[in-house]
Amino acid sequence: MTISAFGLRKNFGDHVVLDGIDLAVPQGSVFSLLGPNGAGKTTAVQILSTLITPDGGEARIGGHDLRTDPDGVRSVIGVTGQFSAVDSLLTGEENLLLMADLRHLPRREGRRITAGLLERFDLEEAARKPASTYSGGMRRRLDLAMTLVGGPRVIFLDEPTTGLDPRSRHGLWQIIRELVAAEGVTIFLTTQYLEEADRLADRIAVLDGGKLVAEGTAAELKRMVPGGHVSLRFSDAHALDVAARALGSTNRDDDALTLQVPGDGGVRSLRTLLDELDRAAIEPDGLTVHTPDLDDVFFALTGRPTLEGSPR
Amino acid sequence: MTAITHTVSDSLTMLRRDFRHLQRYPVMAISGLIMPVFMMLLFVYVFGGAMLTTVGGGSYVDYLVPGILVMAVGAGSAGTAVNVNVDMTEGVIARFRTMAIARVSVLTGQVVGSMIRTAVSLALVVGVALLIGFRPRATFGDWLLAIAVLLMLTLALTWLAVAGGLAANKPEGANGFSLPFQFLPFISSAFVPTDSMAPGLAWFAQHQPFTPIIDTLRGVLTGTPIGNSGWLAVGWCLLATLGGYFWARKLYNRDPSR
Repeated sequence: MTISAFGLRKNFGDHVVLDGIDLAVPQGSVFSLLGPNGAGKTTAVQILSTLITPDGGEARIGGHDLRTDPDGVRSVIGVTGQFSAVDSLLTGEENLLLMADLRHLPRREGRRITAGLLERFDLEEAARKPASTYSGGMRRRLDLAMTLVGGPRVIFLDEPTTGLDPRSRHGLWQIIRELVAAEGVTIFLTTQYLEEADRLADRIAVLDGGKLVAEGTAAELKRMVPGGHVSLRFSDAHALDVAARALGSTNRDDDALTLQVPGDGGVRSLRTLLDELDRAAIEPDGLTVHTPDLDDVFFALTGRPTLEGSPR
Repeated sequence: MTAITHTVSDSLTMLRRDFRHLQRYPVMAISGLIMPVFMMLLFVYVFGGAMLTTVGGGSYVDYLVPGILVMAVGAGSAGTAVNVNVDMTEGVIARFRTMAIARVSVLTGQVVGSMIRTAVSLALVVGVALLIGFRPRATFGDWLLAIAVLLMLTLALTWLAVAGGLAANKPEGANGFSLPFQFLPFISSAFVPTDSMAPGLAWFAQHQPFTPIIDTLRGVLTGTPIGNSGWLAVGWCLLATLGGYFWARKLYNRDPSR
C-alpha cells in the first residue's frame, strides 16, 4: 500500500473532526475521499501531507512513517490544496523554478522541466506574468504544475476543481487521468462532487462527520442502494392502461403517461420487459433507464439528500 | 552534511524569492530607505541649532549619526515584521511546509534579505551624513567595529521582528509590534544626553538597551568614552537574537490554523 492509515484522529478543541479513519491506497490508483463541507476531508489531507499533526493514529506514505520520518514523507509527496498555493508576486515561470530549486534539481534540469510544464499546462503565454493576474483556472493549473516539479510519487489533491468552470474542470480531470496512466503516480483526491469521484476514482470512501461510512468502487457503492428503475412513456392513456395491466405492479403517472418499472437496468431484465410489452402488443413511445447514482448512495448512507449544498 | 548544505541552498533560494518580491513591490523598501535620512536632515537642520547647547558643543551631526543609524535598523525591522506577516498569508507557505526543505530556511531567507536591505539603508545614512558634515575620527579598525555592532543589532532586531510578524494576526499588528524599536531610541542617548532628561525618564533612558548600543557606536566612530557600554551592547544583542530566533522557530513550527 502506498498510503495506509490506522485510526487517524483529530480534534479542534471540543470538535471532533476525524474520528478514527483507516485508509489503504494501492500504488498507481486514484482514491477519492468524498464528503460534504465540514466532513473532515481537508483535515485528512493536511494530516497525511504533514501539514498538521494528528491527535492519534498511525500512517505510512510511500514507505515513510508520518510521525517519525515526516521529511521522508515530504520527499515523495506533492500537494495541491483547495487554497491556491502559488506565490502570487512571482510569475508562473518563477514559481516553477522556485519549486525546482527547492527540490534541489540542477539549474539546467529545472529550466527544462519548467518549460515542459508551462507547455503541458497551457501557461506559456502567461509564463512571465505575475500569478496575481491569473484567472482561477490558470492558478489551479499552475498550482498543479508546481506540485509535479520533482516527480512526486504520491499526489494529494484537495478539492482540486472546486470553484472552477466546467471547461477548466474537465481539463483538470484529463490531466489527472494522464498522470496516473503515464507515470503511475498514486492520487489521493478529496471532492464534494459525486461526478468527479465517479469519473476519476478507482476507489471511493465516503466521509461523513469525521467517520468513513462506506468504501468501495463507484459500482460497488451504487449496488449498495436500491432505486434503479426503467421508465416507459406512452402515447395515450389506453396504451398506459394496457401496459400497466400487463406488467403488474408498477408506479404509474397518468399525467405524464409514464410507468416506472423497478429493475437494475441490465440488458437481460430490459429484454424481459420488452418481451412482455410485445406479448401485450404495445409499443412504448420512449424508454429511459435510471441507475442509482452516488447521490442516491449518499442519501442512503447519511440520510441527507445530496452532497452539494449540505450545511457546513 | 547534506542537511547543512540544503539549509544553506534552501535559504539562498528563499533569499532570491525575497528579492523578487522586492522587485515587484519596491514602494515599501524605498520608503524604508528614505525615512532615516529624512529624520537625520530634520534633526540636523531643524532642531540641530537648539540641540547643540544640550550636547555640549562640537558638531550636532557628529553626535546624531550613531542614533540615526540605530533608528534606521529599527525602521528596517518594522518592514520585516510586516513582510513576514503578509508572506505567511500566502498559500505558498503551506506548500513549503509539505516539502522536504529545511524548515527554518523560509525564515532565514527573510532574515538575510532584511539584513541586506538594512545594510543598504545604513550605507545611505552614512553617505548623506558625510555629505552634510559628519566628520568621524574612526580608523579602519574602528569602522569595522562599528559595522560589527550594527550587524549584531540588525540581526537581533530582525529575528525579533520575524517572531513578531509570525505572532501577529494582521499586518497592522506586526507593525505595532515593531513600534517600540522605532520609538525607544527617542528615549535614549540618540538625540540628547540622557542626563538632560527629567529624572525618572533619565534613569529609564540610561538603562534601556538602545543607549549602550548607541554609546558604543558613538565612541567607536567619534571617540567619546565607551566605558562598559560595549559589553552591555553585545549582551543585549545576543539576548535579543537568541530570544527572537527561538521564539520565531517555535511559532513557525506550530500547526498552521486554518
